[in-house]
Amino acid sequence: MTFTLSEEQRLLKDAARDFIREQAPVSRLRRMRDEKKNGREPDLWREMSAMGWAGILVPEEYGGAGLGYVGLGLVLEETGRTLAASPLLSTAMIGASALMLAGSDGQKQEWLPKIASGETIVALAIDEGAHHAPGKSMLAAAKRRLTGEKKFVADGHIADLFVVAGQNALFLVRADAERLTRRELKTVDSRGAADLKLADVEAEEIGGGAEVIDQILDRARIGLAAEMLGQAWEAFEITGEYLKTRKQFGQVIGGFQALQHRAAKMFTELELTRSCVYAALDALDRNDNSIPEFASLAKARAADTLHLVSNEMVQLHGGIGMTDEHDAGLYLKRARVAEALYGGVAFHRDRYAALLGF
Amino acid sequence: MTDQLETFRAEMRAWLEQNCPASMRTPLASEEEIVWGGRNAKFPSADAEIWLKRMGERGWTAPTWPKACGGGGLSNAENVVLQSELKRINARPALYSFGLWMLGPVLLEYANEEQKQEHLPKIVRGEIRWCQGYSEPGAGSDLAGLQTKCEDKGDYWLINGQKVWTSYANYADWCFCLVRTDTSVKHEGISFILIDMTSAGVETRPIKLISGSSPFCETFFTDVKVPKGNLVGRLNGGWEIAKRLLQYERTNISGFGSGARTDVVDIAKANVGLEGGKLADGDLRARIAQHKMAERAYALTTQRAQEEAKAGGNVSHMASMFKVAGATLNIERCELMVEAAGSRAFGWSGDGFAPEELAVTRGWLRSKGNSIEGGTTEVNLNVVAKRVLGLRDTQ
Repeated sequence: MTFTLSEEQRLLKDAARDFIREQAPVSRLRRMRDEKKNGREPDLWREMSAMGWAGILVPEEYGGAGLGYVGLGLVLEETGRTLAASPLLSTAMIGASALMLAGSDGQKQEWLPKIASGETIVALAIDEGAHHAPGKSMLAAAKRRLTGEKKFVADGHIADLFVVAGQNALFLVRADAERLTRRELKTVDSRGAADLKLADVEAEEIGGGAEVIDQILDRARIGLAAEMLGQAWEAFEITGEYLKTRKQFGQVIGGFQALQHRAAKMFTELELTRSCVYAALDALDRNDNSIPEFASLAKARAADTLHLVSNEMVQLHGGIGMTDEHDAGLYLKRARVAEALYGGVAFHRDRYAALLGF
Repeated sequence: MTDQLETFRAEMRAWLEQNCPASMRTPLASEEEIVWGGRNAKFPSADAEIWLKRMGERGWTAPTWPKACGGGGLSNAENVVLQSELKRINARPALYSFGLWMLGPVLLEYANEEQKQEHLPKIVRGEIRWCQGYSEPGAGSDLAGLQTKCEDKGDYWLINGQKVWTSYANYADWCFCLVRTDTSVKHEGISFILIDMTSAGVETRPIKLISGSSPFCETFFTDVKVPKGNLVGRLNGGWEIAKRLLQYERTNISGFGSGARTDVVDIAKANVGLEGGKLADGDLRARIAQHKMAERAYALTTQRAQEEAKAGGNVSHMASMFKVAGATLNIERCELMVEAAGSRAFGWSGDGFAPEELAVTRGWLRSKGNSIEGGTTEVNLNVVAKRVLGLRDTQ
């Protein structure tokens, strides 16, 4: 295992940071929200794709860069910093890895180049109730036809292609398939999502079984944890700046020990979480056999940390933190969605215990 | 480079195969088996003595110290190989030593050549056991408020005062000590001095803790004469050395969890039981899982910090963070073990309880010191807030 970045990875991270700061600051999310676009940022996605991000995982023979999970994770971390709304996780992480892990040659040839170019947006349809429960799918699959429901599909309202998980198999469903109804959900984090109804909808199976569903979900969890890590760091840094400038009782409030200790505790949690996320990304690149453990560790730790930091961000800002004008609310809203997506802390704690044999 | 390392690994492996006694390739059964060295060293077995002698001769108790000071002279990369080979055969540490962990690194940085030659080789070979004279009855968290007086008497220093929480002072041969050499200023009036514990006027009294053990002492200095050459670094320049040493100490305390080594999961399985493969108490199970994740996060962060240090990054600011996180984790682990053990954790002595059960109880009580010794959690959070996060102090 290594935490040391290669030259290539460092360059990718720096480029991502510069791009995000310049092209996708939080104000861009705010504008998109105010224009009621519910996560639709096609121009931003085009720009990200032009940077090559959609194809970071995709092998060069399919038009991608083949830079691996650490590389993509570093970019996701940067996009998380400013809450950049894009289908990068759904498409470049989940969609690409689903096809790479389990797709047939034909499926890879058809979809991977379109994923790498950003032309095709992919979304993972997994849950059927209000909570993450991948083992409890009621989806009926018969003769390349699917019937059932999928709830809260992240990026589902803008996707061109769905990776749909059944009880023991994964399918590709085109967004324009007949008898597929999608209902757009206007969400608290302004990113949008969709509920899907499938009534005898044409689908293509991709290889593998329940095991592959787990593998893809673990990639989703680790990628999301990277995004959450960036989000939590940025929320923390914004809060730290406020502690250094806001004055009350004739002094900056960062001089008060009660607040200093809370900041120091957040910093500690953030450093610990960073190690978990980077270790998990590295485990993916090494195809380590304890990826499930790393995934639950990274997702649960990222969720705990982001929960803490997003709440403290509001509280430590005081009144201004409650206003819509301030960004704290945007961080808080995205935090809760990301915490729950692909399994919340309780889900992953339970899974981690089971993986450790208790 | 890699070839050289592989050759080194092969040599190392062969040497360990020859020189590490079989009984030293088992985990420590109890704290009593720890080898601390010193003039009155106690060895739990002949093998432990041989193991220390062999490791000390190679300088591998202090692998990265220069050979000229008795160390192993290894590069960081070679040390990684050595540590991984030691781990591979489950070798016990040949020596536990405050000299190795705390004093040595600052002597390398601040001491003159004569002091290095005098003290470092003996630390490496475990011949001298050191204790740390820092805290005083009136100077705990506010360490720089220390009052132990050190006066220049021309031919020697004269020391008068009292230290407290001196770990194992009653077994130590020498003490590295913070003393006041100028009473008109606070931080700038402190010096770092080395005192032979056999000097006339030195007295130690063990302090009994809630766990029943006495790892700490009160240490009294009454008209103790110390040679002029024993002051390390600059006169009144001791605070900088003190802080540097604390960084080493904090890193070590945080990684040196006290308490029973039994796994909390095993204790829970034995005393709570499994239902359908899961611990029967769902609430306890969730909290143990949460703790296990925190432990893993901590271990991964230690590893990351080591890699960053190797790559030349400055990770000294991490010491206080590690101290806080490590202490918190160990305390939590001990609490979970007591809870999981149920009434089996409520023994104090006698044969109604197994030794490992008593160790859980004693370890739990001992762990309460983790967030106090070596800088309280509160003081270390202050350090993180000020030095790492740049939050300014009041006033």
